[in-house]
Amino acid sequence: MTLSLTREDTALALEPPDDEPGGRRAALAARLRTLARRPGFLLASLFLLFVLVSAFVPQLFSGYDPYATAPKDRLLPPSLTHPFGTDDIGRDLWSRMLTGSGLTIRATLVALLIAVVVGLVLGVVSGFFMGLTDSVIMRFADVLLAVPGLLLALAIVTALGFGTIPVAVAVGVGIVPGFARTTRAEVLRVRTLPYVEAARTGGASWLRILVRHVLPNSWGPVAVLAVLDTGVAIIAIASLSFLGFGAAPPAAEWGSLIAGGRNFMITAPWVSLLPGLFVAATVLALNHVSKTLQEPAR
Amino acid sequence: MTGSALTRYLAGRVAQAVGVLWAAFTVTFVVLYLLPSDPVALQLGAAGIETDKLTPEQLAQVEAQYGLDQPVLAQYWHYLTGALHGDFGTSFAQGLPVSQLIGERVGTTLTLSLVAGALSLVAGTTLAWLAAYVRWRPLRLFLSRLPSVGASFPQFFIALLLIQLLSFSLAWLPATGDRGWQTLVMPALTIALLTGSMLAQVLMRSFDDTLQQPYITTARATGLSRAAVQLTHAFRNAALPAMTILGVLVAQTVTSAIVVETVFTRDGVGRLAQQAVLAQDVPVVLGVVTLAAAVFVAVNLVVDLLYPLLDPRIVHTPKVSRS
Repeated sequence: MTLSLTREDTALALEPPDDEPGGRRAALAARLRTLARRPGFLLASLFLLFVLVSAFVPQLFSGYDPYATAPKDRLLPPSLTHPFGTDDIGRDLWSRMLTGSGLTIRATLVALLIAVVVGLVLGVVSGFFMGLTDSVIMRFADVLLAVPGLLLALAIVTALGFGTIPVAVAVGVGIVPGFARTTRAEVLRVRTLPYVEAARTGGASWLRILVRHVLPNSWGPVAVLAVLDTGVAIIAIASLSFLGFGAAPPAAEWGSLIAGGRNFMITAPWVSLLPGLFVAATVLALNHVSKTLQEPAR
Repeated sequence: MTGSALTRYLAGRVAQAVGVLWAAFTVTFVVLYLLPSDPVALQLGAAGIETDKLTPEQLAQVEAQYGLDQPVLAQYWHYLTGALHGDFGTSFAQGLPVSQLIGERVGTTLTLSLVAGALSLVAGTTLAWLAAYVRWRPLRLFLSRLPSVGASFPQFFIALLLIQLLSFSLAWLPATGDRGWQTLVMPALTIALLTGSMLAQVLMRSFDDTLQQPYITTARATGLSRAAVQLTHAFRNAALPAMTILGVLVAQTVTSAIVVETVFTRDGVGRLAQQAVLAQDVPVVLGVVTLAAAVFVAVNLVVDLLYPLLDPRIVHTPKVSRS
C-alpha cells in the first residue's frame, strides 16, 4: 500500500468527495484562481519557476559557455549581448549565474531533504513512543538549538571540508530540530484522535497505525515549514559559499560569484551587485509566495 | 511563591542552562573530532605541516606535541576541563592560545553588536508603533510588509550595496576597517536591518493583540489620545512577548557578525571564525562556537528569570518558549 493511496482514503473519509460541486478539488481550483488574480503572487511564482527551470537547464536561457574566457571582453558592463556584463576574465556573468543557480538550488534541495527526512523520523519516533525516547530526542534538539545555526554549520563544514555538498549537509542539519519539533507536535495531536483509537481497537499493529494513520495526517505543517525554511536555507547556503566554504573555483555558486566580484566593486559594481540582486529577488519571491499561501482562504 | 521554592526554581533553571551548554560543547566537539575526515592530517595541515613528507617517527612526535596521540576521550576531557578554566587550547594555524585570540577581538564584536542592537531596537519599535498607529490603509499595509522584506535580503548583499552607495558613490564612509565610529555605521546598519525586522514582526503581532484589550478602550474613554495610549498603556504589554525573542536576536547578531565582519574587514570574533574555518583550525572553531552558545544560553536564562518580574501575571512558568 502506498502513502498516496492512504492519504486519499483518509481524505475521502473526512471531506466531501472530489467530483461533487464544492468538493475539495473545486475549492482548490477556486483558491488557485483567486491567487492567480493577484499580480504580486503571479509574478513571484513565475520568477521562481524561471529560477527552478534555469537551474536545471541553464543552456535554455543563455548562449554562452560559463567557463569560456575572453580576455579582451573583461569587465564589460551589462548590455544586450551580456545581460549581466562580464567578469574579470571575460566570462559571461549571466550564464555563470544560471550555472550557479544549478549548484545553489541543488544544495538547497539536499539541505531541505535532510531536514525533512531526519526531522520527520525523529519527530515521529519521539511523538509516537513518548517516554524516555521522547525526552532524549527532544533534549538533543534543544542542544542543537542552543548552538546558533550558522555556527553549527561552520563546525560541520570545518570537519567535512569545503564544497557544495558539505555546505548543504551543514545547513540541513542546522534546521533539523525545527522539523523534529513540528512533526512531534503534530504526531502528539494526531495520535489522540478518534480514528487512531478506532484503528487500535480494530487490532491494527502500531506500525500500521504509524504508516497508515499518523504519518499521512501529520506531515501538513511540516510541508509548510519546508516552504518557509527554503528562503532561510538559500540565504545560509549562499552566505557560507560567500565566506569561501563552497565549491572551489572555477565552479560558480551564487555566494562565491558575489564574493568574487568584490575586488572590482569600484570599477565594475555589477559583477557583485547583479547576482546579489538575483539572490535577493529569489528569496523575496519565495517569502512572498509562502506568506500568501499561509493566508487563510477568503 | 515561598522563598525556598524560588531558590529551588532558580537553582534548577541555572543547572539546566549549564547542562545545555555542556551538551552544546560536547556536540560541537563530536562534530569536529569524530566526522569522517582525518583529524590528525586536518590539524597538522592547519599548522602548515604536510603529513606526507614526514617519517613515521616525526609524525608521532608532532602528534604528541599537539596531544593528538591521546585517545579521543582523553582529548575531550582535556578540552572540557580547559574550557571550564577559560582555556580552549592553542590555535593550530596561528600558534597562539585560542582564549587570547578571542579576547583580543571580543571588544570589536561587542561594540558592533551593541550599536546594532540599539539601532534595531529603535528602528524595530518605531516601525511597529507606526504600523499600529497609521490609519490610512495603503501606508499601514506598506509599513506592515516592510519587516518581511527587510528580513529577505541576504546580509552580504546589503553590505555590498551599502559599500557601493555610501563609500564608492558618495564617499561618505570608509568601506573597510575597524578604527573610528565611521567604520561602525555600515556594519551596524547591515545587522540592524535583519534583527530590527525580526523585532518589528513580533512587536507588530503583539501590538495587534494588545490594542484589542478592554483596558485600551477604557484608557481611550478617559480622553487620552490614541498616540498616548499606544505609547504608555499598550507598549508596555506589547513589548513583553518581544522579550522572549531576545535570545534569538542576540544569536542572530552573533552569526551576522561572521558575514558582516568578513565583508567590512573588521578584526572581530566573527572574522576570526571565518578564517579559522578556512584554515580548518579546529580549536579556534570549537572556542568560538562554545562562546556563542554560552552567550545564547546566558541571555535566555536571564530572560527566563526576568520575565516573571516584568509580568506579575506569570507566577513562574518553568519554561518560556525559547525559539
